[in-house]
Amino acid sequence: MSTSTPAASAAAATADYLDQRTGIATAIKGFARKIFPDHWSFLLGEIALFSFIILLATGTFLALFFVPSMDEVTYTGPLAAMDGVQMSRAFASTLDLSFEVTGGLLMRQIHHWAALVFMAAIVTHMMRVFFTGAFRKPREINWLVGFTLMVLGLAAGFSGYSLPDDVLSGNGLRITEGITKGVPIIGTYMSYFLFGGEFPGTHIIPRLFTVHILLVPGLILALIGLHLFLVVLHKHTQFPGGGRTEKNVVGYPIFPVYMAKQAGFFLIVFGVLALMGATMTINPVWNYGPYDPSPVSAGAQPDWYMLFLEGALRLTPGFFEVVIAGFTIPLNVIIPAMIVPVALLGPLALYPFIEAWATGDKREHHLADRPRNAPVRTALGVSMLTGFTVLILAGSNDLIATHFHMSINAITWTFRILVFVLPVVTFWATKRICLGLQRKDRELVLHGHETGQIVRFEDGEYIEVHRPLDEQERWIRVQHDPRRPLPLLPAEDARGVRRPGYRSDALRAKVSRFFYADRVEPVTPAELAAAQAHGAHDQLTAGEHDETPAIGSSSPASVHQG
Amino acid sequence: MKAIAAHRHHRFAPVVLLALALLVTGVLYAAFSPSSAQAAAAPSEDDLTAGSNLFRANCSTCHGVDAAGRDGIAPSLIGVGAAAVDFQVSTGRMPMMANGAQAPSKVPIFTDEQIRQMAAWVASLGAGPSVPSDEAVDPALGDAANGMELFRTNCAMCHGSVGQGGALSQGKYAPNLSESAPRTIYEAMVTGPQSMPVFNDATITPEEKRDIIAYLDAQQQGSPGGLTLGSLGPVAEGLWAWVIGIGLLIGAAVWIGAKSS
Repeated sequence: MSTSTPAASAAAATADYLDQRTGIATAIKGFARKIFPDHWSFLLGEIALFSFIILLATGTFLALFFVPSMDEVTYTGPLAAMDGVQMSRAFASTLDLSFEVTGGLLMRQIHHWAALVFMAAIVTHMMRVFFTGAFRKPREINWLVGFTLMVLGLAAGFSGYSLPDDVLSGNGLRITEGITKGVPIIGTYMSYFLFGGEFPGTHIIPRLFTVHILLVPGLILALIGLHLFLVVLHKHTQFPGGGRTEKNVVGYPIFPVYMAKQAGFFLIVFGVLALMGATMTINPVWNYGPYDPSPVSAGAQPDWYMLFLEGALRLTPGFFEVVIAGFTIPLNVIIPAMIVPVALLGPLALYPFIEAWATGDKREHHLADRPRNAPVRTALGVSMLTGFTVLILAGSNDLIATHFHMSINAITWTFRILVFVLPVVTFWATKRICLGLQRKDRELVLHGHETGQIVRFEDGEYIEVHRPLDEQERWIRVQHDPRRPLPLLPAEDARGVRRPGYRSDALRAKVSRFFYADRVEPVTPAELAAAQAHGAHDQLTAGEHDETPAIGSSSPASVHQG
Repeated sequence: MKAIAAHRHHRFAPVVLLALALLVTGVLYAAFSPSSAQAAAAPSEDDLTAGSNLFRANCSTCHGVDAAGRDGIAPSLIGVGAAAVDFQVSTGRMPMMANGAQAPSKVPIFTDEQIRQMAAWVASLGAGPSVPSDEAVDPALGDAANGMELFRTNCAMCHGSVGQGGALSQGKYAPNLSESAPRTIYEAMVTGPQSMPVFNDATITPEEKRDIIAYLDAQQQGSPGGLTLGSLGPVAEGLWAWVIGIGLLIGAAVWIGAKSS
């Protein structure tokens, strides 16, 4: 190690000083040599991480000027349209930091755009993890950590956009109050507890402020730490390819390659968010005015990540509300605001465990699935996204009506039907597309690429020349294990005694059949050899297996599972 | 002065004084509200005849030759006043091009002169709100802050927080007000066209109407935050966050991923 320049020797001396006192060199050496695989979709989580860092920075700036108080004041600032208007101190300080603090409006807008992009990046990152099966053992816990981060992101967003105390966010709080009161039996108490009395009261803004700047970001920061620690511990998943196995990671070291890439990407994220904040108005609270419980503007919607709940509320018919013996059961609130989110998000959280149970797979997986190789998982994911999308569109039904000159009633009824029908249709279509793509893979492996060259033989026969796949291409298409439904052992043993646990096994076999009964298996070496040996591959079935083969069962009779 | 003083007890003195006072009042009135005087000018007989002919040729199919309306087809226009005619025809809503949930605004087919004549004829059928003076709708004379509060309580539930428009039931809608002329906005308030309720002078005084116009006019100055994105609220913001934010960032991620390390 040459220390030729004074700067270099100073740096070396500082590093040595730190190392002798903390032993940090060992950690840095290990971490700097850590290998990460290269793929653009592995950078989606970073968008969320970097947006969060920008949220912390801009949020700190905003917290220096925002006053979380619901005291009434009279506005006397530079905004003519608010001159002399009564408002809460929270709203007035939002106007002050937007119009009087230098750079305040830019910070506010970057903060809000970063929040929208943060949630969008989390959802996109989650899609990548879901569709590539990167949640499988040993990463189930980390999936739950990520899921919790998404829910905390929702909480951060909701508590944040309610803070300025404008008409729009006040309407959102009013809906929150209604939903809270809709909880059976304890609803009224919960609402009074939340708002410190009757809505809106004077407590909710300071309380949301604490939630927004202390509680939720603290939890997010801690869970991000855990999330990244687990990523380092498990190592990153990689896409299949030559030389990549379940036991290695093929890629580049953190130092210097990923350090440079990540630093550059952070600056790009910051740049894009700053550009958006500088040129595009977001949450113009001066348009909405200070909160007053009486007015509700047309076009009142929450930020996009809460829009599915708004959509569920808009789709639920009012006549769901029932009165039994003098007690109102507000099913028109309970179903969309409590049952729908649990029904949508619950299975998402538990999905790794459901799939592992249906697969019966206890092995670790570090190679990412190609989405087509898990048709039912991919189809379920697309189906769930379709459901969310329909609800989001339903939450925007008034804008669809005005922009496309349609009747809002017709749109609402259409979405009421589509929210049930479209997820089923997209499930079926996605599954068929995946199976089709798998069959195409088989075809390619067995027959090679079509070249478009037609050759005529002496005896007059025409054939098209097929170019065989190279090894990399072939490996990607054949490397995965076929997944088959779990076999079901008979209900009674050889002596006719009922087997305990049969009923749960039967359910498990049923779920397993749902996942894997329809499948296209990868080409086996034998099939490939047969195809290459004498060109008699036409006799091989490019088979979709609808019948379950007998695995681990003693008698052929046990194959039939209904 | 002495001559005038000598004649101040003349028997015609009160008459002359009264005439002078009337003259001064008239001159002052004409000087300070010219358009109002113009608007108040009585229509000539020719105007009424022309208006009647225009009405028969273009409106009577639905509204009837006597403008008494036809059940289930078109309302009676007796007593709707000149303001209603001016609003409907100058914004192109009338004559309707096709039956629909609501008559949309389009390029007007009549000249200002023709509209004035039709309005005069309809106004002659029965008393109703007249076309407001330029002074009554001048945004510069209104108080935008008061207008904001009035707009929020009375208008925003249909027209949106800054008048960007909104949906009503069965394909009806509250139109976007950003292109509306101050006079049109005033006329809409006093006549309550289509689904809109009437805001008469007892509900919202003429000065308050002008404040509302001032608030809407202030929206034309654009947004301090940059592009308004149509002032459509969080849905449009979310759409752009995905399209521009996530779009650009995924593009950057693909670029970084494709860069050989």
